Amino acid sequence: MERTTKFVQGNEACVEGALYAGVNFYAGYPITPSTEIAEALSGRLPEIGGKFIQMEDEIASMCAIIGASLTGHKVLTATSGPGFSLKQEAIGYACMAEIPCVIANVQRGGPSTGNPTHVGQGDINQARWGTHGDHAIIALTASNHQDVFAMTVEAFNMAETYRTPVVLLFDEVVGHMREKLVIPAPGEVEIVDRLRTSVPKGVDYRPYLPREDGRLPMSDFGDKHRYNVTGLYHDMWGFPSANPKIVNELLRHLVDKIENNVDSITRYKEYFLDDAQYILISYGSSARSAIHMAKNRREKNEKIGVLELQSIWPFPSELVREKCANAKAVVVVEMNMGQVLAQVKAAVDEPNKVFLANRIDGKLITPTDIKGLLRVIQGRGI
Amino acid sequence: MAVQDYLRQRFFPHMWCPGCGHGTVLNSLLRAVEELGLDKNNIVMTSGIGCSARISGYVDFHSLHTLHGRALAFATGVKMSKPELTLLVPMGDGDALAIGGNHFIHAARRNIDITAIVMNNRIYGMTGGQFSPLSGCGIKATTAPYTTIDNNFDVVELATAAGATFVARTTTYHAKEATSLLKKAILHKGFSVVEILSQCPTHFGRKNKEGDAAQMMENYKNITAPVGSKALEENPALWGRGIFVERERPEYCTEYGKIVELAMKGAAK
Amino acid sequence: MARQKLKELEINRDWCKGCGICVKFCPKQVLELDNKEKATVVRPEDCIVCKLCELRCPDLAITVLTTQEDDNGKND
Ligand SMILES: Cc1ncc(C[n+]2csc(CCOP(=O)(O)OP(=O)(O)O)c2C)c(N)n1
Ligand code: SF4
Ligand code: SF4
Ligand code: SF4
Repeated sequence: MERTTKFVQGNEACVEGALYAGVNFYAGYPITPSTEIAEALSGRLPEIGGKFIQMEDEIASMCAIIGASLTGHKVLTATSGPGFSLKQEAIGYACMAEIPCVIANVQRGGPSTGNPTHVGQGDINQARWGTHGDHAIIALTASNHQDVFAMTVEAFNMAETYRTPVVLLFDEVVGHMREKLVIPAPGEVEIVDRLRTSVPKGVDYRPYLPREDGRLPMSDFGDKHRYNVTGLYHDMWGFPSANPKIVNELLRHLVDKIENNVDSITRYKEYFLDDAQYILISYGSSARSAIHMAKNRREKNEKIGVLELQSIWPFPSELVREKCANAKAVVVVEMNMGQVLAQVKAAVDEPNKVFLANRIDGKLITPTDIKGLLRVIQGRGI
Repeated sequence: MAVQDYLRQRFFPHMWCPGCGHGTVLNSLLRAVEELGLDKNNIVMTSGIGCSARISGYVDFHSLHTLHGRALAFATGVKMSKPELTLLVPMGDGDALAIGGNHFIHAARRNIDITAIVMNNRIYGMTGGQFSPLSGCGIKATTAPYTTIDNNFDVVELATAAGATFVARTTTYHAKEATSLLKKAILHKGFSVVEILSQCPTHFGRKNKEGDAAQMMENYKNITAPVGSKALEENPALWGRGIFVERERPEYCTEYGKIVELAMKGAAK
Repeated sequence: MARQKLKELEINRDWCKGCGICVKFCPKQVLELDNKEKATVVRPEDCIVCKLCELRCPDLAITVLTTQEDDNGKND
């Protein structure tokens, strides 16, 4: 089989990535600017024997994909800010019960119904802390369609590897923009399949007992092992427990399995960082403007570089600290009031050299917007 | 197999209060499963949160103890993704019809092949006795010290209007009847609802001076009458018991199976 | 018709919570609560093996074991 080239929207690139990764169950509720994902999968999934269901709301959608994951399916739901809020309780459930699933959030602006057809990146912290209680989460993002495809495949792979929900934080511009996408040939990109237990029938299967490599082999509902899944703290058989030792160990496990693997989870791209005096840190569609701007300034011999984050949670603090160590200034380019900015400030040695170039008016931040701020930082006037 | 063979006996005695009707519902349900000779590996029980929802921990099936109100949404994902499984979804009245009301009517509308059991004690047991959407007017609850002014849903009418294709009601007093209705509900292809009045002596009983568990059950005998009986006809204040709806309509997963067939043919061309 | 006859009324004392449901509804007053608030069999000879106690027990603590006895030696 060959690679195929398509000219598609970002949302379609996400669909192609999901199908490449093996998605075979989707449940969702329409919301701009994510709806094209549902529309495309409603046609594509049954063609491969998969299932698509439009649920009554986002809460139900999130619950349904968790149910379907337990029967051994690779599952996806897609939404935007308001729907993402509704999914949060069930996302926490998936964290606690360690159910692989992927949630795409094609971000729009603002709290509440916000700015439905416009771009925003305001859900960075919601992705991290939207659900209640301590937990860890993986969130990936992308600035172009090839990367939307790649990060979607990665999201499914990480969901299986770490038995956890993975959030894809796209945004309206990336979701709706049309661009070339080359779909790799089958087998060209590694796919992580569901790890199923080898424990034979009749032998005690412990769904929450990690193997030596930390992974937890699963057993499909309907298969030979009958066990319990709950959102309560539970023992290694999945049965509720309030035993302080079990509670303590489980929470640490849930956080550590992700935070301790930040190096393996971290995805990023860098542009002209080697000698950069000024570093732009960005992600998603904002990163397009940051990269564009840096390329232009390089032509004028200005030492500007870009660190494009493709994984936001767990936050790659060490990477950011190292890359920014010799910079005169760091500018975080994003379309919110400074959600990644706070992480960068916490990560670097000199937080007072970190600045924010943002736009929060529903318009894509432009290279000119970034240039303006940079001139101020460089003391070259406005 | 004995009924105890369907239990996870190591968790017994269970956590429910003495005389809690939820235990009798478990009892009746296991007998239905046993009499139907169902394979444990083919059954998934999905429950939400509440005293009632703890039922899923006690049965030796695949068990999914989920979020308050969301059991049917989870169950829909399980069933849709693997339609050959038998889905049993016991829920409390608050679980099923307050926080979970939307999922309840939509599961009924789709006519997805799931057996929903409403363990109706007319109170929020787990959180200590607040009123529920099935309490009805004039009930004392911790959040209704002056008695409730909220009307109640009629589960049977709601389920019927929403499109459930099997709808029945019984009580913990009528345990034999419960088993027979549950058997029919499980065998029925489509969305089945069985409402079982189930006493909460600890909160509802105590607050409303209904006496002990046995007295509350006795009351179920007195306030109900079989569907189609003269007693029910003559006294509309009684609650009907038995099967209210049993109709055939296309089942959701079967219909989706046809979509898959169609789409796969199209893709193969 | 094969008639059922009581072999044994097993009460799981570890599971019984003494709610009294079986006692109250036994049509033949076969059961009582003892001084430990556990159901106990006091008149087994009166038991008509209707099994209502077993079916209603919320704690699944009762098992009514029966033997088959042929009515008038006929077996149909
Ligand atoms: C989202 C959410 N809201 C509220 C609660 C608290 N809560 C737990 S159980 C329950 C009500 C239980 O009543 P019911 O469903 O009737 O079941 P019962 O305990 O009476 O069997 C409530 C309100 C919760 N767990 N989750
Ligand atoms: S509080 Fe009520 S519903 Fe809960 S276990 Fe006790 S009797 Fe049952
Ligand atoms: S009904 Fe069951 S729990 Fe209650 S007293 Fe009788 S044996 Fe004990
Ligand atoms: S089987 Fe019937 S008669 Fe015998 S003890 Fe139980 S309830 Fe009483």
